Parts: sequence; structure tokens; C-alpha cells
Amino acid sequence: MLLQRKQAPESQPIDHITLLHPEHTKLANGCNIYCFNSGDAELVRIEWIFGNLRFDPSKPLLNVAANTMLSEGTKTRTAAQIADTIDFYGAFLQNEYGYDNSEVTLFSLNKHLGSTLPIIKDILTNATFPEKELETYIRNQQQKLQVSLQKNDVVARRNFNKALYGDTIYGFAGVADDFKTLKREDMLVHYKQMYQPSNCTIIIAGKIEPDTINLLSQIFGDEWSNPAEKADTTQPAIKPSNEHFYFTEKPDALQSAIRMGMPLINRSHPDFPRVQVLNTVLGGYFGSRLMTNIREDKGYTYGIGSGVSSLKHAGALFIATEVGADVCKAAVTEIEKEINILKTELIPEEELTLVKNYMLGSLLGSLENVFSHADKFKSLFVAGLGYEYYDRYTEVVKTITSDDLLKLANQYLNFDGFYKVIVGKY
Amino acid sequence: MVKFNRFTLDNGLRVIVHEDHTTPMAVVNILYDVGARDENPEQTGFAHLFEHLMFGGSVNIPSYDEPLQRVGGENNAFTSNDITNYYITLPSNNLETAFWLESDRMLNLAFSKKSLEVQRNVVIEEFKQRYLNQPYGDVWLKLRPLVYKTHPYRWATIGKEIKHIEDAKIEDVKAFFKKHYNPQNAIMVVGGDVNLEQVKQLSEKWFGPIPAGEKYHRDLPQEAPQHEERRETVTAKVPLNDVYIAFQMEGRLDKAYYTNELMSDILSRGHSSRLYKALVKENQIFSEVHAYISGSIDTGMFVFEGKPLENISIEQAEAAIWEQLEILKTTDVPADELTKVKNKTESTLIFAEMSLLEKGMNLAWNELLDDADNINHETEKYLAVTAADIKAQANKLFRRDNSSTLIYLAEKSESAEVGKSESMAV
Repeated sequence: MLLQRKQAPESQPIDHITLLHPEHTKLANGCNIYCFNSGDAELVRIEWIFGNLRFDPSKPLLNVAANTMLSEGTKTRTAAQIADTIDFYGAFLQNEYGYDNSEVTLFSLNKHLGSTLPIIKDILTNATFPEKELETYIRNQQQKLQVSLQKNDVVARRNFNKALYGDTIYGFAGVADDFKTLKREDMLVHYKQMYQPSNCTIIIAGKIEPDTINLLSQIFGDEWSNPAEKADTTQPAIKPSNEHFYFTEKPDALQSAIRMGMPLINRSHPDFPRVQVLNTVLGGYFGSRLMTNIREDKGYTYGIGSGVSSLKHAGALFIATEVGADVCKAAVTEIEKEINILKTELIPEEELTLVKNYMLGSLLGSLENVFSHADKFKSLFVAGLGYEYYDRYTEVVKTITSDDLLKLANQYLNFDGFYKVIVGKY
Repeated sequence: MVKFNRFTLDNGLRVIVHEDHTTPMAVVNILYDVGARDENPEQTGFAHLFEHLMFGGSVNIPSYDEPLQRVGGENNAFTSNDITNYYITLPSNNLETAFWLESDRMLNLAFSKKSLEVQRNVVIEEFKQRYLNQPYGDVWLKLRPLVYKTHPYRWATIGKEIKHIEDAKIEDVKAFFKKHYNPQNAIMVVGGDVNLEQVKQLSEKWFGPIPAGEKYHRDLPQEAPQHEERRETVTAKVPLNDVYIAFQMEGRLDKAYYTNELMSDILSRGHSSRLYKALVKENQIFSEVHAYISGSIDTGMFVFEGKPLENISIEQAEAAIWEQLEILKTTDVPADELTKVKNKTESTLIFAEMSLLEKGMNLAWNELLDDADNINHETEKYLAVTAADIKAQANKLFRRDNSSTLIYLAEKSESAEVGKSESMAV
């Protein structure tokens, strides 16, 4: 039989995607535990997730600094002792600060949980933020900031967020002087209020032994109580800027960073999965219109993409790229063209089918192991959604039509209303 | 333990099959035994440019990405000084599409002039984005020629200069393909939800008919051992001074590789490491300092990098690093500390087995080096390293006359300050 190299082999659609659901336990102190028990390897990942406290513009760094410095010393352990113990048991400890939540993540072999969990308990309940460590933190962060501010893409992201979100936790773009507001006493007060059981969710994924659950319930349940004051995780209202165009000139720039977009719905809105399809067509994958036009046809850039961000109190569509300084204006024109085409022309059937299959494959492929199943749950959980979201998502991706997308583009996209940020030359 | 099977087609293509039925996905990873070290010194950056051209359509299939996305797949590739590696993940029931696409581009490319022209521009923008338009971005363009005088590692994968990429001709591209892209120079790993018989049948069907091509015989000028201290100082528009010290070290196949890697862990892995504790925390010399090794096949590099605090002179900063090296040369690493880095390495290898793609890439890389089965014997090689090995190795490597020091001096100019000011709305 002659090999048909010009013809694609038969393929099958993806019609079923199975997500693991967690087992849920609520401890007496209000702390929720979600368990994803799967896999053969004798290890687990455990995340402790805390809602950030209300943003105070006069002390803007409290949330991030408290999270980053959790492991810098407790009443009984120095920063060095904490690091030594975690490393000695081959574990990994990460503090991760996000716009809505702050997290502590532990990767540990099961056989060492008896030694690693008490460390986590210690940093979550007895952190002291020693003065000397705070000074070191401030000085090193100030130095790192100087380097970051030399990167056009970083500056563009800061300016964009500031324009969209103003004086809130999402819009904050710190400068060296902000570190002067950071005081140990404030951090301790912040820490006590934020890192408490009723503001904590634990997600554990991996091969979970019954002993592990007992140990968790004991250490983070029976032996952990709430302070008198509840955590205030409300946030001030967002006021986007009236000014829509921001240009920071860098006379020596070889490339200009472009970031543009607009506030949009977030994951909790019923239209969100539809907007994700529209975004994928525009700039959400390698074969997207922005990549095809601006990289693959024009060669203006190494990469361009668009995304929809979904935060607890906001959502946005954005486009980001770094382009040759001499073609910056041309690139902006092409971006505008692509937005307008979405609003005036139906997406060809062939392209839409491709995008649908790509999105379903991408969802399937993102479920690599038990950790990824836990990640899927986490994004639902922080948005206050249930698993029906993914049922709806797959249904929308399968059934949405070009007509729907044309309407959607007209409803949501408005290039003239975009916030446009350029750093470099224009 | 990563289980796998191997077979070789008549045309010399080596195939490794790793079944993992915990996932609904499959991965196809093809490693071509060609990297930047195989380039002509007058045509550097070619292996990487060529990687881009591999996505520009093949002899029977005009678009590579589109049909793959259509069946829910994703792909990417990277080029190093040693290898060029291409990978696909896709739903396993569409595995054959990956065979169809990969075999056609191994058979022959379309060699379109338009594709060459565009990808030249894309790569030039990549050159600017990653190497020129970033603070310290050009460090490897400067450090490599200091460490290597004869070996082709003296240039970075992106190339020595933009001109080499601008000058690339379609004839050069064709010759490069003929020389390096054939079954004899490739290793394919198929992993995930697949089975051995199916992979055998698909490999015969799609790759079997490809002519074996000529075997490329590598004969590169090897780097002579270094016997003089080397130093270069550059003044650049960067916000902070930066110190790099690189030592020549053994290649990846030498037993000393494992000692070198543990030595870099002792010095710099995480917050319990020596450089961090001694030079960032206790004595406040650097805002950040790191040590790492290049795992290159031929003579490698053991690199130290640190940004001194603003009140610290370059001399003090260098002396502080050398002082740590002296300790390693004269004092045995304490048993606990050695156990710590071994434990960390062991658990890192266990966690790495959670990722299908990572397993696929590692199998191909190990097969190229020597034997894919080495992936299952890495841990024991690290565990065999003794404190005496480390002391001996430190004395062998960390000599002044084996060092290449590169100093960045921050030029405090107006334009380096631009990023600090808040951008203005215009």
C-alpha cells in the first residue's frame, strides 16, 4: 500500500474529559482540606492558601512582604534552621504571593512528612520577621527592583496594571521608597490576622496515606486556633484611569514593549468560556491571528500573545509583545486590524474547528498528573465556582458558532477603548 | 524507575517507547544530534535558525502547526550547544498525526524562501529581545569566548552576531538539513498512553521508508586545558555591578560531573546553601549570588554569578567568592551537609518522574549520551560521591589559572535612570 503522505491520518475528536474531584473535610477551626489521592509515587504536594488582607495604600507591601518572609525565622527557629531542615529532608518549600491569595507550598516525600509538616506549622503560627532579616529583605528587593525596571516588558506590565486597577492591590507598582513604609510591628499585626485557620484552605495532592490526613488534622486542626479578630479580605473598589495612552520613552531601545487591553468579565461570568474561545482565536495559541500575522508573516517580533486574566474582583483582556523599535507603530496598526476583523468578519469554519480541537486538547493535556487536577480545582475554588464550570466550558467550546463569536466581539471588544502602554520607542 | 523498550529501524532511527497509561496523552520527542557546536564559525546561530525553519512546512505538508492543533496537539522545540530537540504532546488516540508530521519533515523540508526570510527576522528579534535589549542579556556573548578559545562552545546558540543570521542563504539551509537531519542522527521517544506494538508499526510505516542519509562524523577542535587567569571588564548601561567567574570543568560523560553538580548544590542550591547563607545573609556582600554548571557534552563551565551590594567593591565581592572556594578546597564537607544535597537530588529525581514530557526528553538525552537506561541509575552515581571527591575536585577546578572573570560595571547615566521615573501620560 502506497503511503499517503499528503493526507492527514484519520483523527478522533475529544469528547470526554474526566476531572478528579477532591474529598473535602472541614476542620473544627474552620480550615478546609481538599484531598486528591492518586498516583503511585510516595510523595505529596500540600498548599496552604490564605486570602490577602484588604489593601492599604499607605502600607502597600504588607501582603507580599509577610508572605515572602514567613520562612525568615520563628520563635524557635532561625531562617537558616528552617532552610536546613527542609533541604535535609529533600523537601521543597515555596511561598507564593498572588493578587488575591498568598500561598505556602510544600513538596515532600511521604516518609518525611513527620519532619517537614511541623516546620510549616511553625512558620504559619510563630513567624517573627526578625529586624535583621527584614533589613536584608528590603535592601535586596530594592536592588532587584532596579534591574526589573530596566526591562521594558516589566515596566509595560506595571503601567498597564496601574492604569486598569489604580490604587488597589492589583494596580500597585512599587518603587524603592515604598519599602520605607515596611515596619516589623505592622507585619506582625498583618500576619496574625491573615494567617489564621478560618482564612486557610489546604489542598493536598499525591499518594495520600491515612496517617497523613490524621497528621494534618491534628497539626492544622486540633492544635491551631483562630484569634479574636477575623481576617478582613474585602478589597476597595477599583477605579480605572481616565487616561488611556501611556508612553515611556527609552531612547536606546532596540525593541519596544507593547501591552494593551481593557477590563473585561472574569471567570464567574457566564460568558467567560466564550470569551476564552475568542481570545484563543486572537492570540491564545501559536497559530493565533496575532502570531500568524505579526510574527509569522511580518517577522516583527519573537512572540506576541493575548490573554484573559481572571481575578477575584476584576478581569481583563490584554495583548503583550516586544517588537523591533522601528516597527512599533506598524505592529500597533496590525493589532488594531486584527481586533476589527473579529468584529466585522465571521471566523471561517475551518479555523474555528481547529481552535476548538486545540482548546480541548490543551485542557486534556494540562491534566498531566494529580497535581494538575488539584490546580484545576484551585482555579475554580478561588473564583467561587464548582466543577460544572468545566462541563459548561467544554460544552461551549464544542458548540459555539462563528455568529456567536462575531456578536461577542462586538459586545466586548473596543480598540478605541483599549488602554495602550508602550515602553521603548514609538 | 522509568520502564521502556527500544528498537532501531533499518535506516538507523533509534526509537524508545515508554508506556504510561495514567494519562490520556502521548508525547513524541525527537532529538537531533546537532547543536550550535556543529556550526561553521562563520555561520553561527544556524542550528537554532534551522529549528525555526523546521516549522515552515515540509515536502508534503504545507503547514506543520495547523494539522497538529486541529487534533488537539501542542509542540515546541529548543536548540542548545549540543542538541536540537522537538516535542509534541497530543491526545493519544491521535498519535498517528504526530508520526505523519514528524516523518515528513525528517524526509524533506519545503525550503520556502518566504519562510527563511520571515524566520530570519523572527530570530533577529529573538536576538534583540533575549540578548541585547535586556540588562546583562549579552553576558553569554562575552563570557563564552573568554572561557573557550578553540571549541565551538565559544559562541552562544543564538549566534555570535546578528549578521550571521542576516546572511543565511537557502543553499546553506539545504546543506545543513542534508548533513544533520536524517534517521541516523535522530532519537525518537514515544511515551504516554501508547503501546510498543502500535509504536513499532507506526514507526515502520512512517519513518521506515526515509533514506538513511549520510552519517555525520563529528570532529570538533577540543578545548585545551586552561593555564592562565583570564579577565574582562565591561561598562554597560546596567543598574548594578555584576561579577561572573567561570571555570572550565569536565564534560557531561565524565564521572566528575556528579561531583561538580553536588558541589554547585552545596554552594548555591536554595536558602540552606553556603553562598546564600554566608554572602547574602551573614556577611552582606551580595543581593544575590549563584553557582551553576553547564551540563554540556564537551568541556563544561562551572559558573559563579553575583550582584554585589552598592557599598561593596568588585575586589571585595570577588574575594568573598574565592574565600568560599578556599573552604571547599581545604575542609571536608560535613557529613550532614553532604547527605542534605544528596537527599535533595534524590527527591528531585523522584518528583521529575511526575512529568511525562520531562521523562521523554530525559530518555532521549540519556540515549544520546550513552544509554537511556542511565536515567534509572543517576541517583546511585550521586550517592557514590564522597567528601574526599569534593575536596579533590574543588582543588582541581577552582584555580586562578583556570578562571575567567567577567565584570559588568554599571554606567550611571541618565538613560539608565529612565525606568525609575513614573511614566507619563501623553
